[in-house]
Amino acid sequence: MTDVFVVGEHLQDAVTEVTFELIGMARELAAASGGQVIAGLVGSGVTGLAATLGGADRILVVDDAALELFNPEAHAAVFASLLSGTGASVALVPYTSTGMEISSHLSESANRPLVSFCTSVKIEGGLGATCRLYAGKIEADVEIAGDGAIFAVLSGSSPAAAGRSGGGAVVEQTANPIDPSALGTSPVGLILPEGGDVDITAQDVLVVVGRGIASADNIQEAQALADALGGAVAASRPIIDQGWLPKSRQVGKSGLTVKPKVYLSLGVSGAPEHLEGMKDAETIIAVNSDPQAPIFGVAHYGWVGDLFDLLPELVDRLDGS
Amino acid sequence: MNSVVLLRPVPDPVEELELNGDGTDLDRDYLGYVLNEFDDHALEEALLVKEESGGSVTVLGLGSADEMEQMLYTALAKGADRAIKLGDDVGHLSVRAQADVFAAALANLSYDLILTGVQAADELDGQLGMRVAAKLGLPHVSVAVGVVAGEGSVRVTKEFWAGITAQYDLRMPAVLGVQAARQAPRYVAVSLIRQAQQSGNLSEEDIEVPADPGEVKIVAVRMAESGSGAEMITGDEAAAAERIVEIIRSAGKG
Ligand SMILES: Cc1cc2nc3c(=O)[nH]c(=O)nc-3n(C[C@H](O)[C@H](O)[C@H](O)COP(=O)(O)OP(=O)(O)OC[C@H]3O[C@@H](n4cnc5c(N)ncnc54)[C@H](O)[C@@H]3O)c2cc1C
Ligand SMILES: Nc1ncnc2c1ncn2[C@@H]1O[C@H](COP(=O)(O)O)[C@@H](O)[C@H]1O
Repeated sequence: MTDVFVVGEHLQDAVTEVTFELIGMARELAAASGGQVIAGLVGSGVTGLAATLGGADRILVVDDAALELFNPEAHAAVFASLLSGTGASVALVPYTSTGMEISSHLSESANRPLVSFCTSVKIEGGLGATCRLYAGKIEADVEIAGDGAIFAVLSGSSPAAAGRSGGGAVVEQTANPIDPSALGTSPVGLILPEGGDVDITAQDVLVVVGRGIASADNIQEAQALADALGGAVAASRPIIDQGWLPKSRQVGKSGLTVKPKVYLSLGVSGAPEHLEGMKDAETIIAVNSDPQAPIFGVAHYGWVGDLFDLLPELVDRLDGS
Repeated sequence: MNSVVLLRPVPDPVEELELNGDGTDLDRDYLGYVLNEFDDHALEEALLVKEESGGSVTVLGLGSADEMEQMLYTALAKGADRAIKLGDDVGHLSVRAQADVFAAALANLSYDLILTGVQAADELDGQLGMRVAAKLGLPHVSVAVGVVAGEGSVRVTKEFWAGITAQYDLRMPAVLGVQAARQAPRYVAVSLIRQAQQSGNLSEEDIEVPADPGEVKIVAVRMAESGSGAEMITGDEAAAAERIVEIIRSAGKG
């Protein structure tokens, strides 16, 4: 029997989708071994949210005004305490901005191995996982020695619906085991984004440029194509970090999730963090000079070649048509 | 403010990856290595902080890649004060072991901030920065996108998602996993790198390589499915453009 602990995540009064994905994954794992799914939810005013975690058997709630804003140091310590209290040997942590602060700490505090970038996890027949390494290019099967581990799981690895119901869903209040004011981290506040010039989540057609576009000037060519298609230009993260386009144009894990009718990428490799934000687009067309680019794994149509050869051909055919 | 930046080489993402004979690892014999791109951002942020509020930047490099020294000289040329190469000819280490090595090296240094990249593409067992923070019991922020130095503390911006960020004041010393520096990492002239090679600011430090606990073992690797579900368009750019326009039109657009 193996109990499976899930690190619950929430932001702005809602439990995140990935939390349900992990609870669903944990249900399958626990069912196979006759164990329970135990979810943790930590924050201020989160008791109401606990009721939504219907896929868990037990929901451990630490509801404390001192944990209002996610605090990397405090949340890591609280989850370490919750995990050790349950005695669960397996924990699933979302591989997200908040989970990244927590997983390594659980590994160190529980002295359990940690496996990151997981897309699936197994318990029966020995602990193991499948992981995405090298920006999604390589898939690795991993075996773990011993009877326990922490798994940091990528978003989108499992259906969320399976985590919404089917558990005993007993909510248990737990006192905050730590004093956040004694820690070295003081949250200052949350900052919401300003609206951008273009709402890329509302577009039917997105021309998405990646590092393959090579310079800020070349974005004009992509803009010409987007204009011809009545759409907008969006981008992968490095284009935003270079300052070539505003943050509001970023697709992916730390950007926006888009589901346009047509998503046409030019020089985007398709790292897992990018795929998270676009894999549900209706028609995905990918252009990349590298036949190994992981973007072709989610694309419906792909062409291997130089985007700069293709762009003028496309604009020619669409202009004045 | 004194910063230490932890640098790791990773296989060059631009190169074609090949698997070894028994399909349990990359074929590392012919791999070229480059600095982990997020570590480059960590270095940039440390240099910006130094330019704004003084202090020093020390870079620590671990890894047996031939290119490691070049990465350290490049960091010196960009403005780091001191570079330390940890060990020589160290094989591939788990992140848990890497964190032990870095933590041991940090014990001999005086620092306010430890910065490293938010992640590396081959970090199977966790993120280096957060492991170091856990080992040293220090405050930490991962996915950091900006640092402002204060008196005895530092204000760090952390990114969540969808453009939402939060700010934290951290007591120092603290550890940051840097996603992106406030500006793109700087380039440096080859002549300056040559100068750095003559500077004597690079030293080597012997390390004790922790035994690999062997707790996380890769048993098989394969190229991730690429294009298996996609219709791959053949032909030159003209043929491709023809077909792509057709696809877009059949989706009701264009
Ligand atoms: C916590 C975290 C959050 C992140 N969030 C996001 C996010 O929200 N969004 C995001 O996009 N990334 C995100 N990333 C970054 C992500 O890991 C990748 O680094 C990024 O997606 C890579 O962008 P890219 O595909 O444009 O660049 P690269 O990976 O460098 O790919 C460039 C591609 O262009 C191709 N190419 C080059 N020249 C040409 C040419 N002439 N013609 C055709 N093809 C060409 C190359 O073959 C290559 O495949 C995040 C990372 C982390 C750690
Ligand atoms: N300012 C510092 N300078 C050098 N080493 C430090 C510093 N702060 C912490 N350390 C190292 O981190 C370890 C744990 O630190 P702490 O938990 O903060 O007492 C110590 O044993 C030191 O080796």
